Amino acid sequence: MDRIPILRMGDFLLVTIQVDMHDRLAMTLQEDLTNKISETEARGVLIDISSLEIVDSFIGRMVSNISAMSKVLDAVTVIVGMQPAVAITLVELGLSLPGVRTALDVERGMALLQGSQRNFAIDNEEIIDGSQHE
Amino acid sequence: MAASTSEIFQLRVESDVVQARQLVRKKSIEIGLSLVDQTKIITAASELARNTVIYGKGGTMEISIIEQNSRKGLRLVFEDQGPGIPDIALALSDGYTSGSGMGLGLGGAKRLANEFEISSTPGEGTRIMIARWK
Repeated sequence: MDRIPILRMGDFLLVTIQVDMHDRLAMTLQEDLTNKISETEARGVLIDISSLEIVDSFIGRMVSNISAMSKVLDAVTVIVGMQPAVAITLVELGLSLPGVRTALDVERGMALLQGSQRNFAIDNEEIIDGSQHE
Repeated sequence: MAASTSEIFQLRVESDVVQARQLVRKKSIEIGLSLVDQTKIITAASELARNTVIYGKGGTMEISIIEQNSRKGLRLVFEDQGPGIPDIALALSDGYTSGSGMGLGLGGAKRLANEFEISSTPGEGTRIMIARWK
């Protein structure tokens, strides 16, 4: 069965969806990604949907699920590159993807992930500093 | 309203939903729908085709190019001989689902189309028509 490839770049996982996904392929991606997050201890996931010509309620649900699951696994998911016509249709369909972080393109998406990573490092440093001062 | 060309497409398995989307795309480009209108009718078709396969236990999509006062449009009729919908008003309301979806399929498809007609008889099947005008 075909699969959507998941690339690893440092602490992040990158996925580019370039095919018109049938439902099972979307489900497989959801499973593969959650497994990969736990396997690689990834801190962030970037999903590029710029090639997707439609996002219907099924794909929308998959995107929401991936975001929620990665959050539970302590990773941030950013969806990038949604086409304007897809955004218009998605909202009219009734899906506004609550809880899903988005960015206009891959570059901004990576910046968002790196930013959340840096905040995490600062938080940790403060905890360590705090304990040393006591 | 005259239908100039008509085609019947079989919806049996999940992968037929992807094929149906591609056929609707091809036809909507053919009649010159704008990108947003294309995206809307393809997304609506995706929702209804999935319903036909999953809830209707398979059926057909009739796709026609229609014309009224020199205005072109695309009409899709989804038909199945499945269990039917006992309460159409309830099925059309957002958030209602009898399966694993988000419950946006029917109501969403209605919002994405210019015309929408539904008739269903429990035990006999469901027929849904949508149309999008240029």
